Amino acid sequence: MAKQATVDIKKEEINSPPTGMQVVFREFRKDKLAMFSLISLVLVIVGVFIWTWFIDQEALMRVSLRDKYAEPGEKFLLGADQGGKDILGQLVTGARNSIAIAIAITLITVSFGIIVGLVCGYFGGWIDNMFMRIIDFFITIPSLMVIIVFVTIIPKYTVKEFILIMSLFLWTSTARLVRSKALSESRRDYVNASKTMGTPGILIIFKEIMPNLSSILIVELTLNFAGNVGIETGLTYLGFGLPPQTPSLGTLISYANNPLVLQDKWWVWLPASLFILLMMLGINYVGQALRRSADAKQRLG
Amino acid sequence: MWKTIVRRVLIMIPQLFVLSLLIFIMAKQLPGDPFTGLLTPDTDPNRIEELRELAGLNDPWYVQYVNWIVNAAQGDLGKSYTYKIKVSTLIGERALNTFWLSLVSVIILYLIAIPLGVLAGRYQDTFLDKIVVFYSFVTYAIPTFVLALIFLFIFGYQLHWFPTVGSVDIKYDTGTAGYIWSKLYHMLLPAFTTAVLGTTAVVQYLRSEIIDAKSLDYVRTARSKGIPVNKVYSRHIFRNSLLPIAAFLGFTITGLLAGSIFIETIFGYPGMGQLFISSLVSRDYSVITALVMLFGFLALLGSLLSDIIMSIVDPRIRIE
Repeated sequence: MAKQATVDIKKEEINSPPTGMQVVFREFRKDKLAMFSLISLVLVIVGVFIWTWFIDQEALMRVSLRDKYAEPGEKFLLGADQGGKDILGQLVTGARNSIAIAIAITLITVSFGIIVGLVCGYFGGWIDNMFMRIIDFFITIPSLMVIIVFVTIIPKYTVKEFILIMSLFLWTSTARLVRSKALSESRRDYVNASKTMGTPGILIIFKEIMPNLSSILIVELTLNFAGNVGIETGLTYLGFGLPPQTPSLGTLISYANNPLVLQDKWWVWLPASLFILLMMLGINYVGQALRRSADAKQRLG
Repeated sequence: MWKTIVRRVLIMIPQLFVLSLLIFIMAKQLPGDPFTGLLTPDTDPNRIEELRELAGLNDPWYVQYVNWIVNAAQGDLGKSYTYKIKVSTLIGERALNTFWLSLVSVIILYLIAIPLGVLAGRYQDTFLDKIVVFYSFVTYAIPTFVLALIFLFIFGYQLHWFPTVGSVDIKYDTGTAGYIWSKLYHMLLPAFTTAVLGTTAVVQYLRSEIIDAKSLDYVRTARSKGIPVNKVYSRHIFRNSLLPIAAFLGFTITGLLAGSIFIETIFGYPGMGQLFISSLVSRDYSVITALVMLFGFLALLGSLLSDIIMSIVDPRIRIE
């Protein structure tokens, strides 16, 4: 009976090559480290979001000078900062904010980039020309500096504005990638066949071309997410990121700008730095495994 | 060849124009003006108004823009309100610091990246290769400021191997050997950090380039003529793989500039990146506009440089 089953599975594999999620699943089963990264990432992200529900934000932000730079111990698991505020609580809240904002920016930039890229790649002509000039411009400007200046000039500055400013400057790479893929895809026979049958362009783009690019899009989504976490925390570290009332991982690290803290009070900034480091390694590793599974030549599984 | 360069330069002009307009309008939106800081309860409001009039701050924005562009084209970028000296002098000093730092970074970058890339490519799929691949993965994933802080903490504050702030020890006189050594010594840690972060692209490119070259005909020919393996790698493959790496130089410069904002702030190194952050804090907007323009210009120049080297190396992409 058991033997029969394995034979059946083999037959199936020969008959239909693995597609979509099956390929991804195989890749992750083959690469144990990627599997481990994926599972721990999901656990950490979900854990952080749940944990913040149980943190009393008011109590967390209360200044108590008696606990100034309290060392890690029983009262504060990871010590306290200059204002006697619990580091662990700030770390979890900061991680929640950083992750949520990075997800928001990623979703906005990637969806905008996909739409622009697909439309440009499929239709070509003046739309393509116009967007390519805009993208060329965005790529050549020193975007980090321009974002910083933007952040300084916005009068009523909140998280929403920050997300919008970041999105304004970060959609171009996705658009460029998707455009080049859509360009080669729209020369394929199935697209031409669909055109001759009178399918409207919009339907061809989103129902026929886009599914064929899905594996690349997932990779792009993952790697962009990692990049956005890096940029957001970096800007916040410099003091031009999230507004002060919204702590981020970068806020905790920015305490290290004070040489005294950097030198002697490692518990203030090191946990957040290591958190970012490990998270970035994890996301990028998952991204690489996804990229491998999107390219038949590089697959392990 | 020349057509390619001319065409690329022509494309640069409108890009610079749009960038300058954008930056100028943004700078005008910065809250407060340079005289806000001078206000004290005893200041005569008329005097401030007079100063504003003199500085041309009451003209319509397009007049100010044209004045700014015309002056900038003549090398006059205005005066820094916080440092009380000419912006061009101020940036000139800082740019020199950033230039030396970038130069040392690029040298260290290639010193690390080329051996790693060549070895990983040559001994593909061995333990050594796996370590190099892992190294380039880690340096790709880690954000600049995290690595810089961790390096500063370990090598600067814990091990005391390197100075933690500044660009030179004040006890030396300009021009002496001690002064030059002290400058270099202050540069090493920030340059090393920048270099480590920049190696990823070069290592990966060189590695895959060498792996591809292994199975090419000219390598097989060289081997069948009886040239030893070592010589084939050092003379034939290495030279062919190195050319495209040269093309990376332009992009490397762009990357260094963006990274300099973090690196110089963290290591307290008085270069352009640090000047940018400190002028933003003090709202010194003649310095801010000049710096963003300069960085934009240098980034364009970097990609132009890459394109030119590419078109020399690879004749297929030339425009005829």
